Amino acid sequence: MKHTLAVLVENKPGVLTRVAGLFARRGYNIESLAVGPTENPSVSRMTIVVEGDDHTIEQVCKQLHKLIDVIKLSDITQDPHVGRELVLIKVNAEPHVRGEIMQIVEVFRARIVDIARDSLIVEATGDEDKINAIEAALRPFGIRELARTGKIALVRGSRGKVLEADLSEQENVSQTG
Amino acid sequence: MKRTGAQAVIEALLQEGADLVFGYPGGAVLPLYHALADSPIKHVLVRHEQNAVHAASGYARTSGRVGVCFATSGPGATNLVTGIATAYMDSVPVVIFTGQVPTSMVGTDAFQEVDVTGITMPITKHNYLVKDVAELPRIVKEAFHIARTGRPGPVLIDLPRDVAQAPCEAPIPEQVEIRGYKPTYKGHAGQIRALAKMLSEAERPLIFVGGGVVASGAEELLVRLAETLQAPVATTLAGLGAFPEDHPLSLGMVGLHGKPYANHAFMECDVLFGLGVRFDDRVTGALDKFAPQAKIAHVDIDPAEIGKNVRVDLPLVGDARTVLEDLLPLVQPGKREAWLKRLQELREAYPLTYGRGGDVRPQWVIQRLGEMTRGRAIITTDVGQHQMWAALFYGFTKPRTFISSCGLGTMGYGFPAAIGAQLARPDAMVWAITGDGSFQMSMPELGTAVEQNLPIKILLFNNQSLAMVRQLQHFYYEGKYTAVRFSGNPDFVGLARCYGAEGLRITKQEEVIPVLEEAMQNGRLTLIECLISEEEMVYPMVPAGAGLNEMILPED
Amino acid sequence: MAIGDCGAKSKLTGSQIIIKALQEEGVDTVFGYPGGAVLPLYDELYGAKIRHILTRHEQGAVHAADGYARVSGRPGVCIATSGPGATNLITGITNAFMDSVPLVVLTGQVGVGMIGRDSFQEADITGITMPITKHNFLVRDVNELAGIMHEAFYIATTGRPGPVVVDIPKDITTQTAVVERYPPPLNLRGYRVCREPHPLQILQAARSIARAERPLLFAGGGVITSGAHEELKALAEKQDIPVIITMMGKGAFPEDHPLFVGMVGMHGTVAANYAVGECDLLIGIGVRFDDRVTGKLDKFASKARIIHIDIDAAEIGKNVPAHIPIVGDARLALRALLDNLPRPAVHPDWRARIRAWQEEHPLHYDRNCGLKPQWVIEELHRLTGGEAIVSTDVGQHQMWAVQYYPVKRPRSFISSGGLGAMGFGVPAAMGAQLARPEATVVAITGDGSFQMNSQELATISFYRLPVKIILLDNGYLGMVRQWQEFFFDRRYSYSDLAAGNPDFVKLAEAYGVPAVRVTEVSQLTEALETALEHKGPFLVDVKVDREENVLPMVPPGAHLREMIVGG
Ligand SMILES: Cc1ncc(C[n+]2csc(CCOP(=O)(O)OP(=O)(O)O)c2C)c(N)n1
Ligand SMILES: Cc1ncc(C[n+]2csc(CCOP(=O)(O)OP(=O)(O)O)c2C)c(N)n1
Ligand SMILES: [Mg+2]
Ligand SMILES: [Mg+2]
Repeated sequence: MKHTLAVLVENKPGVLTRVAGLFARRGYNIESLAVGPTENPSVSRMTIVVEGDDHTIEQVCKQLHKLIDVIKLSDITQDPHVGRELVLIKVNAEPHVRGEIMQIVEVFRARIVDIARDSLIVEATGDEDKINAIEAALRPFGIRELARTGKIALVRGSRGKVLEADLSEQENVSQTG
Repeated sequence: MKRTGAQAVIEALLQEGADLVFGYPGGAVLPLYHALADSPIKHVLVRHEQNAVHAASGYARTSGRVGVCFATSGPGATNLVTGIATAYMDSVPVVIFTGQVPTSMVGTDAFQEVDVTGITMPITKHNYLVKDVAELPRIVKEAFHIARTGRPGPVLIDLPRDVAQAPCEAPIPEQVEIRGYKPTYKGHAGQIRALAKMLSEAERPLIFVGGGVVASGAEELLVRLAETLQAPVATTLAGLGAFPEDHPLSLGMVGLHGKPYANHAFMECDVLFGLGVRFDDRVTGALDKFAPQAKIAHVDIDPAEIGKNVRVDLPLVGDARTVLEDLLPLVQPGKREAWLKRLQELREAYPLTYGRGGDVRPQWVIQRLGEMTRGRAIITTDVGQHQMWAALFYGFTKPRTFISSCGLGTMGYGFPAAIGAQLARPDAMVWAITGDGSFQMSMPELGTAVEQNLPIKILLFNNQSLAMVRQLQHFYYEGKYTAVRFSGNPDFVGLARCYGAEGLRITKQEEVIPVLEEAMQNGRLTLIECLISEEEMVYPMVPAGAGLNEMILPED
Repeated sequence: MAIGDCGAKSKLTGSQIIIKALQEEGVDTVFGYPGGAVLPLYDELYGAKIRHILTRHEQGAVHAADGYARVSGRPGVCIATSGPGATNLITGITNAFMDSVPLVVLTGQVGVGMIGRDSFQEADITGITMPITKHNFLVRDVNELAGIMHEAFYIATTGRPGPVVVDIPKDITTQTAVVERYPPPLNLRGYRVCREPHPLQILQAARSIARAERPLLFAGGGVITSGAHEELKALAEKQDIPVIITMMGKGAFPEDHPLFVGMVGMHGTVAANYAVGECDLLIGIGVRFDDRVTGKLDKFASKARIIHIDIDAAEIGKNVPAHIPIVGDARLALRALLDNLPRPAVHPDWRARIRAWQEEHPLHYDRNCGLKPQWVIEELHRLTGGEAIVSTDVGQHQMWAVQYYPVKRPRSFISSGGLGAMGFGVPAAMGAQLARPEATVVAITGDGSFQMNSQELATISFYRLPVKIILLDNGYLGMVRQWQEFFFDRRYSYSDLAAGNPDFVKLAEAYGVPAVRVTEVSQLTEALETALEHKGPFLVDVKVDREENVLPMVPPGAHLREMIVGG
């Protein structure tokens, strides 16, 4: 099953390599990984979607946690959270099919961000299902290029807020392993 | 504070109590050597960087302190890789400084530039490339902290030449503050209570200990726990010495080449208490046949180890000693007569025996050595059959006296580790038990040992072959022996002598005791070449995919 | 033998696939050291028609494979077991990577199911070697093995050559797969080699050459790799262009040729370093403009336009901006240049200037006192007629070997260039000797370097490899001592080896290798003659003048002009 991990890491060079290297070396499969700075400039947030059974995911979390540059980590799969991904799709769009494409764009509440003579670039955000759906809907027209960001996510409600205090507070993996 | 980065490093080393460094100089690390020359820190010049880490590791394991080593950029650093990986697999605290090309040249494939932090990422607990001299004092302090706390391990600091030479104003911080690193020492109280109950109620408990017990210094508490429960104690290879083998509750080593009765005991115990062990593949045999009747409790300071290889009924994250301190008052004393009686039967039914061999029996030699040194010498080993015989037949009684590459199984480890051990414990008797193949991997360090006046005893079992590999070819490849015969072996005694060491030889059984005695008394670096048959086998041996009790035992 | 010979669609084990692939790739010699994880492979090697050389440390195996490759021009192959066996290769792999030597390195790995669990003798070799290989593979499916082997050889040997690691889990070597043919098709979308230089760039370069008044050819290891030495000579002669080399370029141009100026860089000749400063056109071929060569960059070749020919596009403009970049194979580029420069040229004034520098600042040392290391090498050169294959270790002796052992042919001088790895010399000489059994192979080493891999004397002795080891024994890490003398107030912090050095003659003898010691000037010639005439291996321990320095020297970070030339 797919798990979504929210990982706060030191914002410094090489940290991404450490995380990627760990996944490669231990044979875990990354489905997607998105990384960027947070409201605290010294901290980056990685959202990692990883495929595996519970045992594997437990190992992934524990091993990640051992990296000195990983500050805080949570598996938010089961938590209510907002998960979004952004996709850009360059689709063939001869004038006679543009209307049809526009409709699809409308339905998915996506946007057209570039128009060329015979193609369009469509931008869409949403959860994985939605992205897959719009991709499938546009496929018949001929997709020329496609880029996805990978998922980013935040837990709903007041939980999980990243504050200085929160970061320095002792963060334990469950005592019981 | 007017000092260079290099001088700040030296200052920090002194503050950490690191008064001994192993290393090998070269262009990029010269600023560090320049600063070293004025300092009270002792430096031991090795003959190959690989042995600098091994020696630092031997030093760390014997003394319980952090080992330190220096090497230059490029080849100096790459030569460390095996040593670092060896220390990593055995959780040994070492701090490694490598020189690097100046920051402006990093990333240009400059002369002797190698991406050392990249290469060592999978084999260090953590590493640093220092780009700003202002961070250097903090980094050194952190490195020592990370290396020695939690589950210990190697930490590497890559230090560009210009950074080492730059003026460094920053003071060494008082405190270490790493927000992503907070090891858990104290165990969860509820889990400890549950563990106490589980152990107290067990009919056939078995305590199974590894290197974590040695690392945390829990050996005395362990004896108390075992005696209170009247539970037998088995160890992994890395755990040898954590529990005295002359104690009636000792089962000795378990696993692939474990003692036969110990392996059988694992099949019968009803509670298995793993303490500071990894349940690695060499210990468990086939996982589905491992400890089939037992509930398993696992205590380790590294949460990632728990549940990694075996299913665990009672997980507990914490430091072995701290956990035992909390646990002991809660366990109920027991007698467990039936279980002890059963264990006695197992000892009698499945004793440890030699199997067939030549005139001089290596097992016998090691047993005599164990008696003559009363199980108190520091024994380092290389990797091969001789390693297993040392583990099975010496009889370890003290922690930090068995120093061997357990997780990586690195040939060439034993002798340089002995150099580190002897420097850590100048008064102790240090024996390096090695094989003809392994010794050739670090032989030039004879020069280092002579130069440092170290009275190490090298017991070299010469079977003219890579006999452990030969053994595998015997059992699994129909005796097709490829690339294991060493007919081009040097004259080892002559080699020792050309470095100015003593060289002795054992060719017959009668010579064993007198030669060992001579070596123990002469106070000098001594190599004893002991000629043995290449057809000796290490027994028992658990075949691949078998359970611990399905051992191959000698026929007679 | 083709794999098809075993009958169509026959099933082969992973080990069999590897052996067949080696045979198909024309590999006749492999270097290695066994261990648990590679045992199935060794089992298959048992009857195979491939010679396996068992060394005494994996580092010896990989350096030997490297020496073999440098001398033969064919890929070197080595095998090691998982964990420590593989980590012991790291220096050798890095060394091959830095000097662009084609190696295929086969490492054992724990079974697929055990990977990532810190299993016994597990090390993450693909992770560790990521920065030091041209490419690496972890084989996860036996059906991919044949393809990977083919790709490994292809990548190692084409374009800019380099080491490729194939990490093979133990269970893969025993599983079976159907291999229909070898070589299977390549599947490398991300790897394309551009050999043909762009004609317009060539045209532009040819024009610059025709117009130049003070052109200078600057040859590196790439010339040797691509076999462009004849073309280089032709171009130099026809256009009357003097030639300088890097250390890796030693052998790319005959050093007894009147157009030869010398090696450039930190320990280059005065004339070569001056020539770089004065030339108006610098034609770099298969060079990296590395820091040991250029000195401080801002004044490097400051009067010159630069043509840079290299097969690796990433090298061009990396350190020095090139006015005319040419991506392509050196040999093809030089041929194209020759075709575009039909008219010969002469540069008498330029050559006269260079000659004047050469005459004014020849390499020199004090011949009249003590047993000088430079003289040892000159004698060696005289006695071998400059025809030996020389391998060196790293340190002062290396630089003296470069300076005082001029060579005429490519692939006759091998040394650790980019990495400067002590311990390379002796095992590399073993590989060289195996590649060229009839040649005289001499390893010039130092007392420090020799001890890094002295265990390989056992290999030399066992296989009776007639390598001659000339040990310039100064009782110091001499090059370190020299730096400490020049730049660290003469504080010889841990560079003195004398107290812990063994008796090298007895050491060699303990391995059954005859040896002599030379302590007096009068003994040298005879000792070298004895060594060279002896049928088998031989070691000469020469107690050279301890505190001799390598000169000239451009201090690190200085301009090429700022040489210490000494008195
Ligand atoms: C660096 C390294 N290379 C290869 C191996 C694989 N290996 C394990 S035991 C062994 C043989 C060791 O021979 P020797 O030291 O003579 O010991 P013996 O088994 O003969 O007692 C080998 C080659 C290893 N463990 N380490
Ligand atoms: C593996 C390795 N470690 C360290 C160095 C740094 N280094 C460069 S030259 C040198 C001294 C070499 O000593 P020796 O082999 O005796 O040669 P000498 O300079 O005395 O001729 C050292 C230590 C290196 N190049 N390679
Ligand atoms: Mg042996
Ligand atoms: Mg020297």
